[in-house]
Amino acid sequence: MNIADLKIGQKGIVTGFSDEELSLRLLDMGCLPGEEITLSCIAPLGDPIAIDVAGSRVSLRKKEASTVMIEKIS
Amino acid sequence: MRENILKVALIGNPNAGKTSIFNLLTGLNQKVGNFPGVTVDKKSGPCNKIKSRKVQIVDFPGTYSIYPRSADERVFFTEVTNPESDNFPDMAVVVVDAAHLKRNLLLFSQIKDMGVPAIIAMTMLDVLPEKDQLDLELLAQKLDSPIIPVNGRNGEGMEELIAEIERFEYHIPEPFLPMESYVHDDLFYRATAAFPDEHPYRVYQMMQQTDTYAGIGPEDIDIIDEIKENSSFKSHQLQAQETINRYRLLDDILREVKPHNKKIEENLRVSSQLDKILTHPLWGYFIFIGILFFMFQAIYSWASIPMDFIDEQFGALGEWISATLPDGALNSLISEGIIPGIGGIVIFVPQIAILFAFIALLEETGYMARAVFLTDRIMRVFGLNGKSIVPLISGVACAIPAVMAARNIENWKERLITILVAPLISCSARLPVYTILIALVIPDESIGFFNLQGLVLMGLYVLGFVLALGIALIMHKIINSPQRPFLIMELPSFRMPRWKNVGLTIYEKSKTFVFSAGKIIFIISIVLWVLASYGPGSEIAQAESIVTEQYQGDNQEELENLIASYKLEHSFAGYLGKAIEPVIEPLGYDWKIGIALITSFAAREVFVGSMATIYSVGTDAENTKTVKDRLATEINPKTGLPVFNLASGISLMIFYAIAMQCMSTLAIVKRETKSWKWPMVQLAYLTGLAYVSALIAYQTLI
Ligand SMILES: Nc1nc2c(ncn2[C@@H]2O[C@H](COP(=O)(O)OP(=O)(O)OP(=O)(O)O)[C@@H](O)[C@H]2O)c(=O)[nH]1
Ligand SMILES: [Mg+2]
Repeated sequence: MNIADLKIGQKGIVTGFSDEELSLRLLDMGCLPGEEITLSCIAPLGDPIAIDVAGSRVSLRKKEASTVMIEKIS
Repeated sequence: MRENILKVALIGNPNAGKTSIFNLLTGLNQKVGNFPGVTVDKKSGPCNKIKSRKVQIVDFPGTYSIYPRSADERVFFTEVTNPESDNFPDMAVVVVDAAHLKRNLLLFSQIKDMGVPAIIAMTMLDVLPEKDQLDLELLAQKLDSPIIPVNGRNGEGMEELIAEIERFEYHIPEPFLPMESYVHDDLFYRATAAFPDEHPYRVYQMMQQTDTYAGIGPEDIDIIDEIKENSSFKSHQLQAQETINRYRLLDDILREVKPHNKKIEENLRVSSQLDKILTHPLWGYFIFIGILFFMFQAIYSWASIPMDFIDEQFGALGEWISATLPDGALNSLISEGIIPGIGGIVIFVPQIAILFAFIALLEETGYMARAVFLTDRIMRVFGLNGKSIVPLISGVACAIPAVMAARNIENWKERLITILVAPLISCSARLPVYTILIALVIPDESIGFFNLQGLVLMGLYVLGFVLALGIALIMHKIINSPQRPFLIMELPSFRMPRWKNVGLTIYEKSKTFVFSAGKIIFIISIVLWVLASYGPGSEIAQAESIVTEQYQGDNQEELENLIASYKLEHSFAGYLGKAIEPVIEPLGYDWKIGIALITSFAAREVFVGSMATIYSVGTDAENTKTVKDRLATEINPKTGLPVFNLASGISLMIFYAIAMQCMSTLAIVKRETKSWKWPMVQLAYLTGLAYVSALIAYQTLI
């Protein structure tokens, strides 16, 4: 599953990326494999979304979010 | 250390506090704000607090890593790879946000590997709930670099930072992460063999970012391309591996320095609560629109009290000068040319101040980034990016910083469209035009809760915004781009605004407005006064006798007015206005407005001053009232209607809302797009659109 599948408040561990180019930007910002992420906000129109990762809140579009593979944790 | 000046680069992640420190070190006053991407260009200034040596500090736009993704992030890379540049740093002060330690240290590690001696200035320690748990001494030792705790808000730690810069001695730092850990041997040996004198990581950067790396010649590029080909260089894969390895090493270090990663959660919690409301499906937009709405009402109603006062003072001053000075050219130049011209600008200070106060607050609190988040989905439809909202909102102040702020948008097409439509957002220079025209033609009534004049003002801003979106959509369909658009942006935690900073912004902006606009207006009102007072023929000298002869009535005042307008008609300005009258007549303007339109093509804020000058030349300043009253009594001799009626007033406001009447904006667009093509496209489409829209408005309303 990927980040776009999460609901607000749900957490996951990043396992990998399906888009190399985008992954570089996310890696720079500290969104690394093994890092825990939380889906914190969804914009009123359902897109973009915001995640909390490595102590910062990062907003990204659903399309970008769906390139980040995760393992859901409860 | 060329010319014995020590060049110090301030570099770090976006929003880490670089510009705050820059201001503290140099005593300058660069813009600070709580969102990533406030600074979009380099800025240098001397540090006078250091006496023992000459030090030049250079502030850079923030970047997350040595791999820039947008035009503003690229600025640092092109400087640090070009030893010929004036801004090539001898040392770097890496500004590290303690609340996002690991991410901030990534860039630090890359700068070190570039062979730039670096020290760390650590900000945001005050927002860390557990700052005592951070063992800075140990961290400094592990990173092999001094760490100076500072506070960008209140200046704590600045002496220590200055002392550390003063102590600096040139050295080549040890690399942080050995390149062998992510580059395979074959590539490594080829690269170092080809450029034995260069730092290995620099050679690697030449390969990674061949196009952006500034200090390499064409032959070097050939060599690099060859190596890349022979060793099947996989740029993205290498970059990813490099970043992951760096973070791994940093993780190891940080684990020893602080026990937990819990720290910032506290911080995020407060932001979380606020974000829940501000990005709520319903309340989110409600608040967003509400803030904007409140801003316009404030500009309109709060500002009117000091404005009326200023207007009266200038009116009285003109009368007093006119009565006190001996009659003659000087008297009329001052009381009819200069005083109304200057008064026409000072009067708008209250509105400008309120406008800038609101924008400063949006930027200081961190709301601006939420506006990006809220609007991205909508902006996308129009070929823009959520990040376009920042230029569009700050365009309400002025299009020039707005066009520059678009640098923060990674995608070239989205950035270009944002630049092209930014001038449609009504800037503060249009506010005076709107204000005076609204006062003239819109009744001061209330519809329920809202003031009608305030609503019209808001309507003009909405018009600009809607047109901006419409044009963006058209451009989106026309311009092709292979680049894929995306939005990845940090939402900074909310912060209380620094009131001193807000106050300073208001003061600075009002001052700039008065002086820079004042200068142009001052000059133009003198030129205009001359043009309006003298003419090519002898009609002006004989005006009195000609008009008196033809005049049938016995009203002395009417006669004087007729003489005055006869004089103006036969002045240079009069002929100019008459020349363009046929073109603007369908829009409902007379030749006097034509004169003001001509002068506004250099800068639109000249309009009010020009009108004031044109309509006061020849009239008796002793009993003329304020600019507004003067305009209100103007009658169009052809139609018999007031010159400023509902139809012509609205048409004129719409013209000013759309037309491209600002040379400085065109110049900036040329610089940002690196060609004359785009500013010319802009000039053509905006002027055409302004004309057609004003025409439609007038013809339907009349
Ligand atoms: N609490 C706290 N806030 C700080 C500190 N230093 C700076 N700030 C605030 O952090 C925000 C960002 O500061 P800037 O100086 O604009 O940051 P910058 O690094 O220049 O940002 P960009 O130009 O966008 O890259 C502002 O709201 C500052 O008031 C600090 O030490 N503590
Ligand atoms: Mg800055």
